[in-house]
Amino acid sequence: MQIRSDEFKERSVFAIHDANLQTALGRARYGFVGKRAQQVADLPEFEQLREEAKNLKNHVLDNLDHYLARYEQAVVASGGQVHWARDAEEARKIILGICKRVGAKTVTKGKSMVSEEIDLNEALIDNGMEVVETDLGEYIIQLAHEPPSHIIAPAVHKTKDQVSDLFEAAHGGPRKTQVPELVDEARRVLRDKYFRADVGITGGNFLVAETGSSIIVTNEGNGDLTQTLAKVHIVTSGIERVVPTLDDATLFLRLLARSATGQETETYTTISTGPRRADDLDGPEEYHVVLVDNGRSKMLAGRFRDMLRCIRCGACMNHCPVYGAVGGHAYGWVYPGPMGSVLTPLIKGLDAAYDLPNACTLNGRCQSVCPVKIPLPELLRELRHLQHQQNITPVMQKRALGIWRWVATRPKLYHALEQLAARALSGIARRGRIRRLPLAGGWTDSRDLPAPTGRTFLELWQGKRGQR
Amino acid sequence: MTSSPTAGPRVGLFATCLMNLFRPNVGFSAVKLLEDAGCSVEVPASQTCCGQPGYNSGDYDAARALARQVIEAFEHFDYVVGPSGSCMATIRHDYPALFADDPQWLPRAEALSRKSFELLSFLADVRGAAVTVDARYAGTATYHDSCSGLRGLGIKGQPRALLGEVDGLKLKEMEDAEVCCGFGGTFCVKYPEISEKMVDDKVRNILATGADTLLGGDLGCLMNIAGRLKRIHAPVKVFHIAEVLAGFADGAGLADAPKESR
Repeated sequence: MQIRSDEFKERSVFAIHDANLQTALGRARYGFVGKRAQQVADLPEFEQLREEAKNLKNHVLDNLDHYLARYEQAVVASGGQVHWARDAEEARKIILGICKRVGAKTVTKGKSMVSEEIDLNEALIDNGMEVVETDLGEYIIQLAHEPPSHIIAPAVHKTKDQVSDLFEAAHGGPRKTQVPELVDEARRVLRDKYFRADVGITGGNFLVAETGSSIIVTNEGNGDLTQTLAKVHIVTSGIERVVPTLDDATLFLRLLARSATGQETETYTTISTGPRRADDLDGPEEYHVVLVDNGRSKMLAGRFRDMLRCIRCGACMNHCPVYGAVGGHAYGWVYPGPMGSVLTPLIKGLDAAYDLPNACTLNGRCQSVCPVKIPLPELLRELRHLQHQQNITPVMQKRALGIWRWVATRPKLYHALEQLAARALSGIARRGRIRRLPLAGGWTDSRDLPAPTGRTFLELWQGKRGQR
Repeated sequence: MTSSPTAGPRVGLFATCLMNLFRPNVGFSAVKLLEDAGCSVEVPASQTCCGQPGYNSGDYDAARALARQVIEAFEHFDYVVGPSGSCMATIRHDYPALFADDPQWLPRAEALSRKSFELLSFLADVRGAAVTVDARYAGTATYHDSCSGLRGLGIKGQPRALLGEVDGLKLKEMEDAEVCCGFGGTFCVKYPEISEKMVDDKVRNILATGADTLLGGDLGCLMNIAGRLKRIHAPVKVFHIAEVLAGFADGAGLADAPKESR
């Protein structure tokens, strides 16, 4: 999708005034947060698991070449194929090549954020294929021609009424209004697509180096039907998603569902290894894995390596008060919230997403819930530092910081100016507050400014104690 | 009212920018609490800002310049204490990070980091045995956990334990006390609409408690919330917790009309 992160400010203001969006966000936020908290309370070793998961991911990243090579060997040994894609364009070409070779007309898709990252759907549709998203949330936003607004709940911004309207327009009436009716209708429509699909594309929550398996977790079972009923199964995944063994994968599975949706485990956890074997009851004839780099090896080499631990649970955005205020679309690209504010500038360029690292209060709640302990606020600050160094930071802000530094390193001048401000502000205050202040509209448009009392603390202290 | 230089530790008071300019009463409250806890308190005149605005804006050089100034002003004290989790977390956590590659300044930054404390955690965790709260406050208060103090310095139980010793004060917890109020330093003026939405959520949770007073440990958050409360004419008084603990909360709250005299 076209990146629109440079419109963050406008889009966030729009989002704040969108009543439907605010209703949907309010409900979702409290649901996920409360359920996760309950799961964490019920699992005494949760904190220990986070630490183990962090360490294991770090070990994998330190030895990524080794584990990826082992993974590829194991995939090939099980009859599958691994394709390496340096960037989005290469990934599209590879997948399009496979689809064309097998003469694909219908392509079903399980949820895959990497496929969003590489703009896969447009490429397939442009080449005459029918693309059907089978995750209910993805299906809803496909009907609405919108990108996902959350990495695990892509249609979280939609209300039930909006879904009813979309389904009525797409499937014909009568208009359904109850959730079970809507789900049944989607299931009926999708069932037919699964059987007609030539190619099924899924993501990969984890890739297991030991066995060459890909693991997906879903709550709807749509991923299973996508990958077993089509003639060809293509897994799209980032290179960082490999784990050494099946046993290691279970560590992450214990953390993933609890962090993401506040479930003990997702309804379906499916492990796929290679294409259908002679005595298998079902399964695809071909099994392909497309491993996408798209900026990841650059992250691996630099100071943003910690970000590659991400297992895409969405806990950071569920707990982010900024995401909670503006929703996912304001962020303007595939990944929203704190993790997206780190990834988007790194993948799409620092200047393409100036606001994302800045639109954060550094309150740290995201880091405190991250199952792999990514120091998200530090990474966001580090991006601000890069923006500052590369002169992407607005000139006025840099100039203001320069003046502030000049004054603040001159204590006598600084204190004199504070004294002046204390007097001036208390002079224009009425009843202890200032309602409007020139050049401070950012504050006073929505808040009163508490007024100083006229003298600074240092001034009063020196008067009282005669002390330096 | 002179400090005893012999008895307890020598504490340098970090007079935060917002306290110095907007709320001197918080500074005097901190001094009283520290002296009551057996410390002798000094306020170096060579201090200004901790440097956080530079650090969080990505201007690490500016942050380092300010950090060096703070280190020089305070390193000869036994402790550095300030009435703000935000500024003190900067000194404790960020100074060593800022000088990670500077063998000359890193040891000094680390030494200062080890003896720097936010006021409440200093009183409860360091001077616990020597602290007795002797204050009255007639009212029901709710407490906002400021993010830097909460997540950066682990301040959660200390303010509540100390408030428990204030005569007449009832504490009523709000929903989402640990969620950011939308201040975030320059965030609140760079993204005012998002900040307003966040502070509105906070205000709603405060009002839902029915408390007549909001307390907190960071003036940035408190000015933001007080400013919004007053803008919508909500009759909630706002004080820094130090003012209540010191018994200095008998004057006007933040953004309230001044009383005749204290």
